[in-house]
Amino acid sequence: MGLLSSKNKLVLFSPVSKNNPVVVQMLGICSALAVTAKLEPAIVMAISVTAVVAFANVIISLLRNTIPNRIRIIVQLVVVAALVTIVSEVLKAFAYEVNQQLSVFVGLIITNCILMGRLEAFALGNGPWESFLDGVGNGLGYGLILIAVGFFRELLGSGTLLGYSVIPQAVYEAGYVNNGLMILPPMALIVVAVIIWVHRSRNKDLQEQ
Amino acid sequence: MNRDSNTYTIVYAGVMVILVALVLAFTSQSLRQTQQKNEDIDKMRQILRSVRVQATPADAEAKYNELIKEAFLVNAEGQKVDGDAFTTDIAKAFFDHKPLPVFVADIDGQTKYILALRGNGLWGPIWGYISLDDDKDTVYGADFGHQSETPGLGADIAKPKFSQEFYNKKIFNSAGEFTSIAIVKPGKTAEGRDYVDGISGGTITSQGVNQMLYDSLSGYLKFLTAKN
Repeated sequence: MGLLSSKNKLVLFSPVSKNNPVVVQMLGICSALAVTAKLEPAIVMAISVTAVVAFANVIISLLRNTIPNRIRIIVQLVVVAALVTIVSEVLKAFAYEVNQQLSVFVGLIITNCILMGRLEAFALGNGPWESFLDGVGNGLGYGLILIAVGFFRELLGSGTLLGYSVIPQAVYEAGYVNNGLMILPPMALIVVAVIIWVHRSRNKDLQEQ
Repeated sequence: MNRDSNTYTIVYAGVMVILVALVLAFTSQSLRQTQQKNEDIDKMRQILRSVRVQATPADAEAKYNELIKEAFLVNAEGQKVDGDAFTTDIAKAFFDHKPLPVFVADIDGQTKYILALRGNGLWGPIWGYISLDDDKDTVYGADFGHQSETPGLGADIAKPKFSQEFYNKKIFNSAGEFTSIAIVKPGKTAEGRDYVDGISGGTITSQGVNQMLYDSLSGYLKFLTAKN
């Protein structure tokens, strides 16, 4: 079995689209609301979650034959919490300003449903390499939605992208105003809903009868 | 090995917790210095912004050392006391009525006094620094920060557009009484005292800044009214 056999490719790429954790499984919506008012924190959050879910998957997968069944959720939580603490400490040391923007949400990665979902559903029953791919795939699928939502919210809400003005001054002079509503959490939900709509109309097999 | 036995479960949990604790302690220890440096630089940049100086993380330390001539603590009676102004815990100092930090900057030959501010916004703590001319009355500059105010609304207190409104406002009225600076709803005015416009949609945060200015500057009152 090659490192990227067709089964592994499916494990890696299906969460990005057909089996996306956010828009298909409806997991991790909470942080999609919280950190997407601007693009930059959304990107950092995406990277952080991808790192945490990939490594947590590998660790749990390596331990899967030793974990006592009765405390397996606790073991998973401890592994996730430890990884999140490490990510948070690293951000504080090397990306101080972004860490300040993300504030409590880095810590809240621990409660991100995608993590527990992948650990329970995948890592406990598969080898480390597949688990790693699954983690990266789900992290990317989550990150993709976060970045898309962050892109639209920052563009329409603040007229900037990554802090740079992209809407020319002339447009403002012609009467255009930034939509302050885009910055508030409810609009994240609506943007996610629009993405789900587009996603489902492009993938007919996802639609319920 | 019976994975469902109590002994196995307890030993497993114990070993796991100890291992995780070791890993976390090691991470924390090895990154502590870099983190502390980031925090110090961030503080220096805030202090510099309050005297209208923009510093990048790279040049903050050099600019700080060049412009800030003196830093000391003052007690409630306005007298200097021993202690390190830079590392003092400002939130605690205000809460316990301990000595408060004053930074003295030299901007183009003029003395500016930088005072620390601490208060509460809508969701969490807010803070800032305000600099006064050597009459200890006219505001030279200000800078505000917050932990978790709403982005795009209350969080805008951290933007230059808001802090620049404080330029040249006075914290004493014409009779020499301490009035602080009022934050009012845009379009409103305040009787007998200088005021600036608050943030539309960030009313509670604006009120928090209003209260923070009054409370924090009150703590410095004796220092501000003392003759140089």
